[in-house]
Amino acid sequence: MIAPGRTYLTDEMVAKIEALAPRYPNRQALTLPALHIVNAELRHVPLGAVAEIAAVLGLAPAEVQDTLTFYQFFHQEKPHGKVRAFVCRSVSCALRGGDQLLEHLCAANRIEPYGTTADGELTIEPAECLGACDFAPCILANDDLLKNVTPEAAEAELKKPRARAT
Amino acid sequence: MQPFKPVLLEAVGVPDGHTIASYKSRGGYAPLEATLAGKQPADVIEMVKSSGLRGRGGAGFPTGLKWTFLPKDHPGPIYLCINADESEPGTFNNRILMEDDPHQVIEGIILSSFATRASTAYLYLRYEYPKSWHRLQAAIDEAYAAGYLGKNILGSGFSLDVYLHRGAAAYICGEETGLIESLEGKRAWPRIKPPFPAIEGLFRKPTVVNNIETMACVTQIARRGVDWFKSIGVPADPANPRDPGSYGPKLYCLSGHVEKPGCYEAPLGITARELIDRFGGGVWKGRRAKAVIPGGISMGLMTESELDTPLDFAGPGKVGCLGLGTAAVVVIDDQTSIVDFLHNSARFFAHESCGQCTPCREGTSWSLRILERIKAGKGRLKDLDILLELGNTMGMMPGSTICGLADGAAWPMKNAIKKFRGEFEEYVKRTNPSGWMVTDPVPALAIVGAH
Repeated sequence: MIAPGRTYLTDEMVAKIEALAPRYPNRQALTLPALHIVNAELRHVPLGAVAEIAAVLGLAPAEVQDTLTFYQFFHQEKPHGKVRAFVCRSVSCALRGGDQLLEHLCAANRIEPYGTTADGELTIEPAECLGACDFAPCILANDDLLKNVTPEAAEAELKKPRARAT
Repeated sequence: MQPFKPVLLEAVGVPDGHTIASYKSRGGYAPLEATLAGKQPADVIEMVKSSGLRGRGGAGFPTGLKWTFLPKDHPGPIYLCINADESEPGTFNNRILMEDDPHQVIEGIILSSFATRASTAYLYLRYEYPKSWHRLQAAIDEAYAAGYLGKNILGSGFSLDVYLHRGAAAYICGEETGLIESLEGKRAWPRIKPPFPAIEGLFRKPTVVNNIETMACVTQIARRGVDWFKSIGVPADPANPRDPGSYGPKLYCLSGHVEKPGCYEAPLGITARELIDRFGGGVWKGRRAKAVIPGGISMGLMTESELDTPLDFAGPGKVGCLGLGTAAVVVIDDQTSIVDFLHNSARFFAHESCGQCTPCREGTSWSLRILERIKAGKGRLKDLDILLELGNTMGMMPGSTICGLADGAAWPMKNAIKKFRGEFEEYVKRTNPSGWMVTDPVPALAIVGAH
């Protein structure tokens, strides 16, 4: 439920943020956890949500926005797909076809890197080293690590529905 | 070499090896119980100091010495931050420890917190490790339920809370003060040091930042003893009073063009060639190695003829590499273009430069643009010298940046161009027959997206 005066943050989101508060000696440290909590639900963190997070944490909206923009992780304009696929392009994957994998998946889904399919199902993003070089080339799709994938296998895998990233 | 039995990777392949029941059946938490029953924090510090343990995260700083930099008799709180932002390209050993043996890590965290008198430990975990997240949280819950975490642990009077804190995909959060800033909810801009975190760290309190594998080593030292740890690896060079030696087992991550990529445990000092041949099944497809990264991409490159270099803390530096780094060994076969390799490296650092220091932000970005131009067949011989000039002027070593990210960006560039200059020159001349000799300024290609 969204409380009066708010547009984006539900009571559940605020409760999740507050549950973490005793872990930290100040509320600014809740910024990243709060962004993750909101992003997990909305699949993006629009500017309006940033202002609401700031209000919950007692910060200026600019402080939260400053942190958010640093990471290039939280989309702001529109939600990322129900499946968010990070395609590794760092050295160990690149040596085993990571760049070609990314190219193939973007072409097959008719989107640019960082883009989302028209039906809102899939976002494909280049990623730096996913820390799974033993399974190169690899993709992180929501919570699932897709290991040693060929372009064709990855294309089929990414058509499947998956649990949302937490 | 004497037979070597993995200890850090003991749980890998064991069914339910990540659970507390399995961990305890393998002797886990007994060292912690013994420590809390009869030892003082100073005893644990002394144990770790005398073991010669050096941090496994990349810099190789002696762990026990780092702990002694904390102020004495500080009223607290003192914080322990565990750096699990493992993001150095080629590196995945922390992931394996967290997924397959999280209690070995947690026991090390408890022992280290006891030693440093920290009552709160934050484990900063990179976003891209969802399985580690779930395994660690489950293990922390088990440890609380068993009385190894929380208030008055095992009746010792020592209390500790461990919290997971999730990153958001930024390499710079692995730099210890970048990690601290990120944990505080700010952009992860590294701090100028001093003050070092031991004096003024997280929330402006004394703080120790240690790596996941370092924590696992602390557990093993407590369990097996200092003498065991010092019996493995490469002793300190008696001719060099500043060499603290390279003791203990190490997790080497082997990837790239090998038959069997994987994380392998070996005594510090194994050579790259031995690692590739004995553990990795050799270079893939029967080919030869052209170059090998010794410890993550920022350490630079070894050539094929340098592969007998021991991978201890001192070894890679002797062949012009930055150091052992994360001991992530990436093999590049003889059919790979070194121009492509360097372009990949430059793209990584241009993307991951945090943007705080101009020489790094601009230097990594221009390195990438120059390499884009070379790859597009518009390179000039002069560009190689420009890249070297950039490499020689950005970083902590030349004194132009706050943290070492730019040194890490510079090293593969300097190594690649110095060790493979002939290949670069041949590429530039072949792909730009009419312009390779031009020395006038040229326009950049389209600007590439970066931080």
